Amino acid sequence: MKPPSFVYHAPATVAEAVEALAAAGADGKVLAGGQSLIPLMNMRLAAPGQLVDINHVAGLGEITAEAGGVRVGALARHAEVEASETAFAAQPLVRGALRLVAHPAVRNRGTTVGSIVHADPAAEMPAVLALLDGSVRVRGPEGERDIPAAEFFTGPMESSLRTGELAVSAFFPSTRGGTAIAEVARRHGDYAMAGVAALVAPDRARVACLSVGPVPVVVDVTSAEGDWKRAAHLVRERIEPEADIHATADYRRHLTGVLAERALREAADA
Amino acid sequence: MHDVTLIVNGVPRHARVPARRLLSDFLRHDLGLTGTHVGCEHGVCGACTVLLDGRPVRACLTFAVSVSGQEVTTVEGLARDGELSPVQRAFAECHGLQCGFCTPGFLTTVTAFLRENPAPADDEAIEAVAGNLCRCTGYQNIVKSVHRAAELMAEEGP
Repeated sequence: MKPPSFVYHAPATVAEAVEALAAAGADGKVLAGGQSLIPLMNMRLAAPGQLVDINHVAGLGEITAEAGGVRVGALARHAEVEASETAFAAQPLVRGALRLVAHPAVRNRGTTVGSIVHADPAAEMPAVLALLDGSVRVRGPEGERDIPAAEFFTGPMESSLRTGELAVSAFFPSTRGGTAIAEVARRHGDYAMAGVAALVAPDRARVACLSVGPVPVVVDVTSAEGDWKRAAHLVRERIEPEADIHATADYRRHLTGVLAERALREAADA
Repeated sequence: MHDVTLIVNGVPRHARVPARRLLSDFLRHDLGLTGTHVGCEHGVCGACTVLLDGRPVRACLTFAVSVSGQEVTTVEGLARDGELSPVQRAFAECHGLQCGFCTPGFLTTVTAFLRENPAPADDEAIEAVAGNLCRCTGYQNIVKSVHRAAELMAEEGP
């Protein structure tokens, strides 16, 4: 249970980090909070040859209000984002969802952008970003680009981030209307067996489901016209959950419907 | 190899270690501070929890080189002048431990928690220790210890 050896880089600027990542190529991996990467390395499920540690890069930890939402820097820890009044004012769902991410000791070190880039379909923050149509800002050798959430998540633990690119921030848009998140996990702080983040605005309603597909599954339920039982039915029809040691596929489908109805109702009342 | 210097329990400590050295192993192997226990080594059990700049983190999910220059408090740093801290005394008084393997992680976690929330409700106390596993006690006495520690701290003041 010890991580394999790697070449360690500790850049001081984003430009140096991008340079180190580009030089490392497919062998390079970014180390931010390490709360997903280091377990994978300890269990030898990942063995990157080079780690680019961004913990000493200045200016990446900021949480800033921008027109229409909040931008969260790549080094902002979950706990900081959770406590941030700026983030809460722009999008209260961010705090609500972060409270469900692991435990405080993990949130003190883990970063929100790191969780998004890790792209675990069972994780909360990718689902939140997908629900809100947020985006990830990445810097690479060719400059900067913003990747919309809908194009960012490409598979389990896979994103459209290219080799040599560094995610520098994520943008969570503000929304009209209410939001909510509901999930069920075997134990407090575990990855959820199923979970649903919901958005109900005057002109639209949608949910993002976690743990029921290779990426966060966004389902538009505007056509249910406020009948959340019908919306739950639409969600159950759209998802294709898989069975694992924690739950059968049928149970996940059932649970996701229940949670969708619950989250939508709560979002509508918010 | 990398030079790593940490302020551990108020004292600057240095060692030259490979980048892959986990903070938990740095404390135990390189500095000889074996109070920090290593259970699962993938962030689940919480036995290795230490305070990094005052906040609880998993030492097994942190590379020592990455936190060089920062302050670490381990279980060895909780007692003051040979006297156990209120949290330590509460765990002893309430039988909040049996075999003691998980205890260092609980003590650091609860110490940080009570600083933020000096008078927790029952559900808050339970949630505070939810990230730490204990296979002996059944948790009842650990939750009692959290409340007792809060009492002791309130009685004794800062």
